Amino acid sequence: MSGIPHDHYEPKSGGEKWLHRRLPVVSLLYDTLMIPTPKNLNWMWIWGIVLVFCLVMQIVTGIILVMHYTAHVDMAFASVEHIMRDVNGGWAIRYVHANGASLFFVAVYLHIFRGLYYGSYKEPREVTWIIGMLIFVLMMGTAFMGYVLPWGQMSFWGATVITGLFGAIPFIGEAIQTWLLGGPAVGNATLNRFLSLHYLLPFIILGLVIVHVWAFHTTGNNNPTGVEVRRSSKKEAEADTLPFWPYFVIKDLFALAVVLVAFFAIVGYLPNALGHPDNYIEANPMATPAHIVPEWYFLPFYAILRAFTNDVWIVIAANWITAGLVDAKFFGVLAMFGAIIVMALAPWLDTSGVRSGRYRPMFKWWFWLLVIDFAVLTYAGGQPAEGIWPTVSLLGATYWFAYFLVILPLLGVIEKPTTPPATIEEDFNAHYSKTTGGTSTTGATAPNPAE
Amino acid sequence: MSHADDQSSNRRDFLFYATGGTAAVAGAAAVWPLINQMNPSADVQAASTQRVDVSGVAEGTQLTVLFLGKPIFVRRRTQEEIDAARGVEMSELVDPLARNANLPADAPATDEDRTLTDFDGNNTGEWLVMQGVCTHLGCVPLGEQGDFGGWFCPCHGSHYDTAGRIRRGPAPENLHIPVVSFVDPGVILLG
Repeated sequence: MSGIPHDHYEPKSGGEKWLHRRLPVVSLLYDTLMIPTPKNLNWMWIWGIVLVFCLVMQIVTGIILVMHYTAHVDMAFASVEHIMRDVNGGWAIRYVHANGASLFFVAVYLHIFRGLYYGSYKEPREVTWIIGMLIFVLMMGTAFMGYVLPWGQMSFWGATVITGLFGAIPFIGEAIQTWLLGGPAVGNATLNRFLSLHYLLPFIILGLVIVHVWAFHTTGNNNPTGVEVRRSSKKEAEADTLPFWPYFVIKDLFALAVVLVAFFAIVGYLPNALGHPDNYIEANPMATPAHIVPEWYFLPFYAILRAFTNDVWIVIAANWITAGLVDAKFFGVLAMFGAIIVMALAPWLDTSGVRSGRYRPMFKWWFWLLVIDFAVLTYAGGQPAEGIWPTVSLLGATYWFAYFLVILPLLGVIEKPTTPPATIEEDFNAHYSKTTGGTSTTGATAPNPAE
Repeated sequence: MSHADDQSSNRRDFLFYATGGTAAVAGAAAVWPLINQMNPSADVQAASTQRVDVSGVAEGTQLTVLFLGKPIFVRRRTQEEIDAARGVEMSELVDPLARNANLPADAPATDEDRTLTDFDGNNTGEWLVMQGVCTHLGCVPLGEQGDFGGWFCPCHGSHYDTAGRIRRGPAPENLHIPVVSFVDPGVILLG
């Protein structure tokens, strides 16, 4: 599949040849699994496997939960308690599913920031990046609708607030909101359609994951140096790469095992640490919880949504220019979706010729500031909208947009990057010769004491 | 020959666009029911009016009823609250419109345009009936709170005054007033 020269599948036995002539499925699997992978990949390249694992885990536990869940406003809350108390092992399955969403987002954020640091979004991997962003948006939609299903107070009011975002669209907003809810307010129709879509979207995500993998198998993986694998001969390509199986699969599975130790520690000992006590109170349309907070993984974007109130000058300016069409509420919605859109446009906003942040002395600082910004926004999004938090959110939101719209384009012009190694082999040897006692993996002259 | 070719080419073009156009119309006609099914169903639309007995609401208290899935605040205001609301200059208001479904859409947000006329036809300012739905993102504001002594939305910090008008915070509009009137002494009809 990739443009990197490597050995392809050759059917050997009669049975293999028979099947290969009719359906080359083994060939497809072989070439996918044996794809030449840059051998200098570091530990930040494990999140892809973790993410695939999360998707499968969520689909499996989700299908099981639906076997015991009732999607009706009078019964949904009780049916979740039925899962927790009566269904054999139901508590464990539900806790894995609920915390699995958190693991999914931990992994996806690390995966995204890995891509941002090492320039994985840059030419020729723009399509991989865009598909990844689509998956991210669908993940957020799926997680949001899943959180509504237990029909607790946070479920109900989270659904009210988030569907209210669509009501902010001028002219057609209210009609869209009513259409989404199936009534004047969040109710039984809403709950039913959210279950239907919560069940559907993971399979669309699965399809997009396959396209995501297909896209980077076509371009080849990025790596910490951002230097491309040499493709002029098979010998050179083999000096830069190792097959995905077994080298990277085993490494990734080891990493997954470590991640799962932490995950199951949380599932076992702190299963509600990431949730909200208010969601163990059944939904009540007459009383809003004192403090509506979305799940932690939405907080950075929630902070951006809340940052733009009608006393911020840019909101006042937008309101004046559009003759009142864009008010503070609609501006906040635009900013929240805009925060993801500017990130999706990174391949075209980043003007630097050097791919990896490792060789960009100024970029590094701005990148780590973005990571801090993300953490600050996450924290600010979880605080009540009073005191200094609106200001902190506004500053955080401003930096988020400045990073993508101003800093990335300008850095390419003013920054003087250092020189990346000429080849991946060079980087690999520089890294490993020191720690493996001078053993070179390519030099035939290396002494072998076992001989 | 060329004449005949042109003709067949034109005919081909015609058939191409005619088929494409028919397919587009048929496609849209087939998709529309699939989209429209998500709009409110007949039973949801049917529940559109409701009588509420407000005779038991004492001065300075609020009755909250659920109407069309949303809370409705029925507030019997104190004289201080009425005076506070009537003392506000129009220039201090974020949203200058009354947002009262019983009045024209461009009615100004004076206190008189927000309150409900009683059964005898007098607008004493005593009765304030509003949707208890924050115009920001739809939370239920809490009564007798906030910097203006009216309502305060705990979700994103919108402050409403004693006439339910937005004064500070992210909400863009005054609390909406539903279609409502006194149909008996002490009984209002919603919708």
